[in-house]
Amino acid sequence: MAEAAAGRGRRAGARLREGAPLLPFFAYLVIFLVIPTVAVLVGSVYLDGSFSFGRIHELFSSTALAALWKSVLLSASTAVVGAVLGAVLAWLVASSPPTSVLRRMMLSLCSVLAQFGGVALAFAFVATVGSTGVLTLWVAHLGVDLAGSGWLYTLTGLVLVYTYFQIPLMVIVFLPALEGLKAQWREAAVSLGATGWQYWRQVAVPLLTPAFLGSMLLLFANAFAAYATAAALVSIGSPIVPLLIRQALTSEVVLGQSGFAYALALEMIVVVAVVMVAYTLLVRRTSRWLR
Amino acid sequence: MSQRPTERTPSDRSRPGVSVELTDLTRTYGQVNALDGLTLRLEPGELVALLGPSGCGKTTALRILAGLDEATSGTVAVDGQDLTSVPANKRDMGMVFQAYSLFPHLTVLDNVAFGLKLRGDDRTNRHLRAAEMLELVGLSEHSEKYASQLSGGQQQRVALARALAIRPRVLLLDEPLSALDAKVRVQLREEIRRVQLEVGTTTLFVTHDQEEALAVADRVGVMSHGRLEQIAAPAELYAHPATPFVAEFVGLNNKVPAVVSAGKAEVLGVQVPTLVGSVEDAGLAMVRPESLSVRADSEGTASITSVAFLGPISRVHCTLADQTPVIAQLTSSQARDLAPGQRVSLEVEPAPVLVVPAATMGA
Ligand SMILES: Nc1ncnc2c1ncn2[C@@H]1O[C@H](COP(=O)(O)OP(=O)(O)OP(=O)(O)O)[C@@H](O)[C@H]1O
Ligand SMILES: [Mg+2]
Repeated sequence: MAEAAAGRGRRAGARLREGAPLLPFFAYLVIFLVIPTVAVLVGSVYLDGSFSFGRIHELFSSTALAALWKSVLLSASTAVVGAVLGAVLAWLVASSPPTSVLRRMMLSLCSVLAQFGGVALAFAFVATVGSTGVLTLWVAHLGVDLAGSGWLYTLTGLVLVYTYFQIPLMVIVFLPALEGLKAQWREAAVSLGATGWQYWRQVAVPLLTPAFLGSMLLLFANAFAAYATAAALVSIGSPIVPLLIRQALTSEVVLGQSGFAYALALEMIVVVAVVMVAYTLLVRRTSRWLR
Repeated sequence: MSQRPTERTPSDRSRPGVSVELTDLTRTYGQVNALDGLTLRLEPGELVALLGPSGCGKTTALRILAGLDEATSGTVAVDGQDLTSVPANKRDMGMVFQAYSLFPHLTVLDNVAFGLKLRGDDRTNRHLRAAEMLELVGLSEHSEKYASQLSGGQQQRVALARALAIRPRVLLLDEPLSALDAKVRVQLREEIRRVQLEVGTTTLFVTHDQEEALAVADRVGVMSHGRLEQIAAPAELYAHPATPFVAEFVGLNNKVPAVVSAGKAEVLGVQVPTLVGSVEDAGLAMVRPESLSVRADSEGTASITSVAFLGPISRVHCTLADQTPVIAQLTSSQARDLAPGQRVSLEVEPAPVLVVPAATMGA
């Protein structure tokens, strides 16, 4: 008994020593992830000395639900479109020779564009296809109204603008999976009698699916949490969740609105957590055959 | 009326091996001549090992035969039928690669059944056949595992089962053992040979390991710079190398100064017959370590530099009077009393030797 306890103690000690180099990382996690999450959690049910589920309840108001629905729709549609187009682009990159100039250019471009969000991107679109954008004015001569009824400033516009950084992000996160396809798998399949299509259908697609879905979830989370691009583009009207948080934070009209911001933040954390759980399940399903 | 059981119908896919002919194959990659007029014939049911140093074109030859690469010129025929324009997936060739190539998302059983599924065999039949193949390679109890749960040797055995499951016309093995450690390598090469004899499939086995080639093959083809130098049964190749390259590449060789006259070479004072292709005057005789014997002799002109004990045999490194280094291979009991620094005399057994010009071997 005592020996077992001592053994446990030694093991715990060893584990502590192994974990020591990770301490700064854990500290970082606590300061920038755990504390804010707890603060959000507490803030959404407990504010100014009173405890209530009122703010949580408010999440189910029509404004909040509409914002959530828009956020999910925006994130999901740009994740799907970005994932599909990005995967095709990644495949083109992967099948070009590693030394080709085009490939290197594409990769650098993607690295830049994947980070090219926020005000700059929004401005770029406004300046091009906004109501007084260069392209809009230019094609106006031809009798085409590019800016339409201000679509750029609605959900449709957000989908287009978000897709602009989702596609390059997909290229970057999906390319390693494509490059992980071994040449021998194709050659083995072919020598066993597979056509090109059969190889894709029975080998490549099943092998790439987990990475594809995983990347898509990442894209979803990326779009769901994006704020600046939408903030710069959509000034007022029916907002997505991050914009609703801003609205709640700055609003002084309704009493207790800052507590509502906490509740909305909690909602976002929950959605992202659900996405991460889905991602984990996906990875676990395939860990048997992917080391 | 009644068919004799030995007659085989065309639909019988388990027919014994077919012949394979590579004729005058060339393959150039830019400036490199990977194949430079390779001609090679495999008899039905035969296992031919293609042996040669790295970069001599072995893989290229095998890939062209499989249809995975195209020859710049030359033809490939199997069973007398020209395959040059037949795509790889219609050639019916089983392949085992050097790198592990099992499909990681399929179980061992489904890997082996993969080719049968493509051929439209129903589930029951293909699983029966796959199980039969797994039994042949001794992995029945692993059929539900994934490749990542198997050792390297097991993965290559599954790859062999997968290649054989489709009853291929030809089996192609590209250094299937080179990623494995020495002990598994020896076990597995014997297993490959056993399985090959059992199924009777004509097989091309590419390797750069001469011991491996000599151990498994009916005939060994030695390649150099995209050409075939010699093809012969292992013992024949060993005893009668046709070119200096073959003599040097197959087996450890000593180059001992020799004088040739009237078809006999004088090597270390002994008259030895010469092989076809030998020079007619002075040159270097290619003498195998096991053809040399070493005797302690205080009057001897050679001396021992070191003795390497290798279990049942020992290698005795000596220097001749003219400083030529030679290696003699003795049984360890013969070598027991020999020690470095000792003066000895060397003797050559009168087996035929190849005598090459001193210049080509760079002495
Ligand atoms: N795809 C290719 N592109 C350019 N050169 C190639 C290509 N494949 C092979 N070569 C060249 O052709 C020559 C023969 O290559 P090959 O792979 O057939 O050699 P090998 O005998 O199999 O060698 P190893 O024992 O190293 O596998 C080499 O010089 C190699 O560099
Ligand atoms: Mg090779």
